[in-house]
Amino acid sequence: MEAKSHIKVRNLNVYYGSAHILKDITIDIPEKKITAIIGPSGCGKTTLLKCFNRLIDLQDNVMLTGQVFVDDTDIFDNSTEVIQLRKKMGLLFQKPQILPMSIYDNVAYGPRIHGLKNNKKLSEIVQHYLQEVSLWEEVKDRLHDSAARLSVGQQQRLCLARGLANEPEIVLGDEPTYALDPISAEKIEKKFLELRKNYTIVLVTHILRQAKRLADYVVFLYLGNLIEQGPAEEVFSNPRDSKTQSYLSGQFITSA
Amino acid sequence: MNRRRFKDLIVQRIMFILCCFVISILFFIVMGLFYKASPILAIHSLRDLLFSSTWHPSKGNFGLGLFIVSTLWVTAIAIVIAIPLSLLTAIYLTEYAPKRMREVLKPLIDLLAGISPVIYGVWGIIAIVPLISDYVMPFFSERLTFFPFLSDNYTGYSALAGGIVLSVMVFPIIISVIHEVLETVPFEIREASLALGATKWETTRRVVLKKARPGIVAAFILGLTRAFGETMAVLMVAGCSLHGFPKSVFDTAYPLPALIANTYGEMMSIPLYDSAVLLAAFILLLMTTLFNMVAWGILLHIERKER
Ligand SMILES: Nc1ncnc2c1ncn2[C@@H]1O[C@H](COP(=O)(O)OP(=O)(O)OP(=O)(O)O)[C@@H](O)[C@H]1O
Ligand SMILES: [Mg+2]
Repeated sequence: MEAKSHIKVRNLNVYYGSAHILKDITIDIPEKKITAIIGPSGCGKTTLLKCFNRLIDLQDNVMLTGQVFVDDTDIFDNSTEVIQLRKKMGLLFQKPQILPMSIYDNVAYGPRIHGLKNNKKLSEIVQHYLQEVSLWEEVKDRLHDSAARLSVGQQQRLCLARGLANEPEIVLGDEPTYALDPISAEKIEKKFLELRKNYTIVLVTHILRQAKRLADYVVFLYLGNLIEQGPAEEVFSNPRDSKTQSYLSGQFITSA
Repeated sequence: MNRRRFKDLIVQRIMFILCCFVISILFFIVMGLFYKASPILAIHSLRDLLFSSTWHPSKGNFGLGLFIVSTLWVTAIAIVIAIPLSLLTAIYLTEYAPKRMREVLKPLIDLLAGISPVIYGVWGIIAIVPLISDYVMPFFSERLTFFPFLSDNYTGYSALAGGIVLSVMVFPIIISVIHEVLETVPFEIREASLALGATKWETTRRVVLKKARPGIVAAFILGLTRAFGETMAVLMVAGCSLHGFPKSVFDTAYPLPALIANTYGEMMSIPLYDSAVLLAAFILLLMTTLFNMVAWGILLHIERKER
């Protein structure tokens, strides 16, 4: 059964000044599946992710060629509303990025900026998404405390709730379990498996076992080149490219 | 080993002594001012000294009210102008200006901070005073004939001129500090907000400014404390006449520092004159301290709420 692709990357090139960071990348990211992007440090995974929601625009001195389609609209086209595009995607960072406000306001942030003013509705949303990430029980008595007081694991789940409250279609995770203890990491992983039913998930990860546990589809990048992509079972059990083989077997983890 | 311990001890002692020295200077200034001011406090009631606007030393009238009120006027005007303008400038500089522009503007602003107050005073006389007397004052005196604008002083030398010059003087330091503070806000939380579909302004207002708020308040305190004591530039443009309490931004003002600088040293023959002027200095010190305490109180309150 062939899934529809949600994000299509076509001949994407990214340059920082004269450095060629992503080289002629063409990927199809399937809808309502978990796609893992793996590859050694510095190969351009974060850069690729930031192209999807155009956070890359914030960088000075960056040049792009090629196209990215989300739901078949070209996101780099001038007529594309960046705000609408970003609203479609929730993004989790390596380290949880808490906004300097209360737990409640963090979750309500997205709905508020997109125009929701009704306090009753906001409260419902906050409760619903905090329950969704199993944080509600832990924080329901201190919703109006500063979110900075939460543990890092709780913060990352809060960030997930904040992203989901925006009702995205796509969840982007840039090594979202990087800063977490094993138990918190497991909570996030489990959540991702549940979310797969309703969201398209793109997960950058360094942890091969995590990719094996979660991924339906795997993209392997190496030094800005797309080396291999395909369904997870195929790539993991039967990698076609020799670079993929050695990466999967734990060789040349350090690369210049 | 022993020599190292010894050195450590010596350094520690020296620094302790220096620290005591600095603090004792402050102590002696306060005590000295109070001691010198006490003769007048023994003769005139504090109420007369603080609230009367009649300053006529040769007749024995030493009302400081006019000067106190003038100081408040000029500082308040400076605050009202400096706070929004410096905040918006710093925001533009940090969040919006292209990198190259920022690299040109930042040193220029730092340069402004180093210019001598006299130059600001001259600029005030050449540019601000005529601007007020020719345009601002006629405009307001016809249209807004009520409280803070109603005045019969058409010279342009006024509390407003003093406030404007003062605000421009404290501008650079406030902008500079706010800029530094905004730069410490991690890029990632801006990204987190933008990634949720917030615009740049929403991100700045709701996230960056929120995160930087204690630092921004500290920047204002730093700048405005300087404004309180600033003498030269204000003295040159505020009018400094003894026409009773200023009741309008266009009235002349005669702030405490200007009084002290203008009169100290030339009034030794009149009894109690120097005592009165030193009382003025003491009051200025108290006002500045009070302002600082209130401001730091606000800062602590904000910080506690955020933690
Ligand atoms: N703003 C920038 N300016 C110049 N070069 C950059 C910039 N951001 C990233 N790079 C370079 O782009 C390359 C790819 O970076 P990227 O962050 O995408 O790697 P990554 O695969 O996410 O690495 P990691 O696994 O360590 O997070 C790196 O060589 C990096 O040095
Ligand atoms: Mg990365």
